[in-house]
Amino acid sequence: MRTHKILRTQAFRIVAIYLAIFALSAFALVGFVYWNTARVLDRETDATIQAEVTGLVEQYQRLPFYTFTDVIIGRSVRGDEGLYLLANNNHRVIAGNLDSWPQISPAENGLVEFSYQRRIGATTQLRRARGQVFMLAQGFYLLVARDVDERRQLESVFQTALLWGTGLMILIGLAGGFLISRRVLARLDVINRTSGQIIRGDLSQRVPEGHRGDEFDDLAHNLNRMLDRIERLLRGIREVSDNVAHDLRSPLNRLRNRLELAAMRQPPDSETGRDIDAAVQETDRLIGTFNSLLLIAEAEAGSVRETMHEISLTDVIEGVGELYCPLAEERGQHFSVTISPGGAVIRGNRNLISQALANLVDNAIKYTPAGGNVSVALENSGGQAVLTVKDDGPGIPAADRERVIQRFVRLESSRNSPGTGLGLSLVAAVASLHEGRLSFGDNHPGLWATLSFRRVGDEPRMARVSTQELLPQPEPVG
Amino acid sequence: MRVLVVEDDLEAQRYLVKGLKEAGHVVDEAADGETGLTLALSRPYDVAIIDRMLPRLDGLKLVETLRQERNTTPVLFLSALSDVDDRIKGLRAGGDDYLTKPYAFAELLARLDALVRRRDPGSIKTRVAVGDLELDLLSRTARRNGSAIELQPREFRLLEYLMRHAGQIVTRTMLLENVWEYHFDPQTNVIDVHISRLRAKIDKGFEAPLLHTVRGAGYMIRAHA
Repeated sequence: MRTHKILRTQAFRIVAIYLAIFALSAFALVGFVYWNTARVLDRETDATIQAEVTGLVEQYQRLPFYTFTDVIIGRSVRGDEGLYLLANNNHRVIAGNLDSWPQISPAENGLVEFSYQRRIGATTQLRRARGQVFMLAQGFYLLVARDVDERRQLESVFQTALLWGTGLMILIGLAGGFLISRRVLARLDVINRTSGQIIRGDLSQRVPEGHRGDEFDDLAHNLNRMLDRIERLLRGIREVSDNVAHDLRSPLNRLRNRLELAAMRQPPDSETGRDIDAAVQETDRLIGTFNSLLLIAEAEAGSVRETMHEISLTDVIEGVGELYCPLAEERGQHFSVTISPGGAVIRGNRNLISQALANLVDNAIKYTPAGGNVSVALENSGGQAVLTVKDDGPGIPAADRERVIQRFVRLESSRNSPGTGLGLSLVAAVASLHEGRLSFGDNHPGLWATLSFRRVGDEPRMARVSTQELLPQPEPVG
Repeated sequence: MRVLVVEDDLEAQRYLVKGLKEAGHVVDEAADGETGLTLALSRPYDVAIIDRMLPRLDGLKLVETLRQERNTTPVLFLSALSDVDDRIKGLRAGGDDYLTKPYAFAELLARLDALVRRRDPGSIKTRVAVGDLELDLLSRTARRNGSAIELQPREFRLLEYLMRHAGQIVTRTMLLENVWEYHFDPQTNVIDVHISRLRAKIDKGFEAPLLHTVRGAGYMIRAHA
């Protein structure tokens, strides 16, 4: 698994490409050296053969045949690389240092090549030779050749060198690439782990910075500076909202207290008394909106993560269902709660999830006419626990479904119903706080809304940002 | 009853004291944590209203110190912090109830009443009765004028809470917190529907109603109007 990951890294790919280029050039270099050496050696051999042939032909023409035979014998016993054979027209050996007429095969420049046995002490060796065949006047054949086995050995030395060299190079290169990639990956993994923790809401995490001053330290340093800035900005927002909360709460508190005291001094059914009551109610609505906004901000900032426990969604759905059932029945609606066997346990804040579900149920009841159906269900789907609220009211047009979770968005059709326009924003904020999802769809007729959460025990292994995503990617062209 | 108010917002403190006095209570006030602690330790109070954030000695520290000194005066925290965590911190420090600003004065009075009443040793009972309505807490049954009343479990808890606070105003938020254990305000007032169902079960067919709606505050169960 890990090896596979290393092979996929950019660093390893770069190493592999360089290795291929290097191997190719090394191959070309060795090949060129070999080719040149072989050419020089061949030319030298050919020139020697040519000279010998010229000399022998001259002597053959000048000397009587038996003296010429002596010359051949004389040369044959010199013991160098020269090979000589004088044979009659039946290829029968007359003189020379080859045992028999060899099996010859033509080579370039009118030359021939053949194999022959050479005796060295008690053993014989099959060697390669190169030479020229000459037909003499009386039907005799003269073979003048030189042993070229060393050149062949040279060839095999080069081949072995190439094979081993390239093999070793690839092996060492791959091992090196693997090690380099692992080092790079180890450092990127640290960055990825930290990013993962930050994504899950812990903004206090920082990438460890080394002291090598290399590009990774630069990257870590820049990431940390970016995180510092984000954290500062977030803290700023939090401070502002805390201050707003504190600064608005106190005057709202005094306003409400003042109104209540004033109401106490009025006879209950006077006109002023009614006005004051209305003002108190208006204040309460203001306070309600204000509290919802703060709660949404808190949920979005992820600051309530500490109060999350393992909670049973069965309890949540039963509780909310039981709370709302009488309301639906009072409005003449059919209300049902379905819980899939086994229920579901998630990690979360019971109060917030109950409130989110209550908001969805509240909306469903609010918009469904008398005689309609409102149903709430808990189902398990894969690793997800899904809360569904369905109604057969007017629904939400597909184009507006994304919009309704925005703050203060109220659809034209609901202008006349009570509400702050924050209910669904809160549901969405609660969903995102729990790393869950809120979605809407058409219930034909009506609306279905689902809230899905990850069940306890089904957490995927650490949310990973892949190494690829952190490496600079080429810009797509076009 | 004797009430201690520790609140640093002087205007809020003035209204609080004024309101409590008009409701017939005896009130002492302090504007910082240290003075508040000295007062709380030197005199017996029926209940203390303490702001969460106070100068010189934080509200949480004040209550923690109070509890270390084995002082059991019921404490109602007032707080401008609505953080879900803050409520838990407040109760953990030794507070008995928690009210977020801005609050309705009627809500505050109702909660003070409930806090003081909770101290009664007589609250550990197996039977509660209001007029001819009786509740058997062991067998979880209700009877009025001798005849049994069918109640759902939640209706029983609702009635039990109301009857334990008989003669006191109980607000909708108190019911939601204590009977349903929710700390949020539903968009629609679902509590009213539950109350009217309960009312239909216990008062229908009887001449004298026991469950009363208190305008602008909440509900109250009592024998005589």
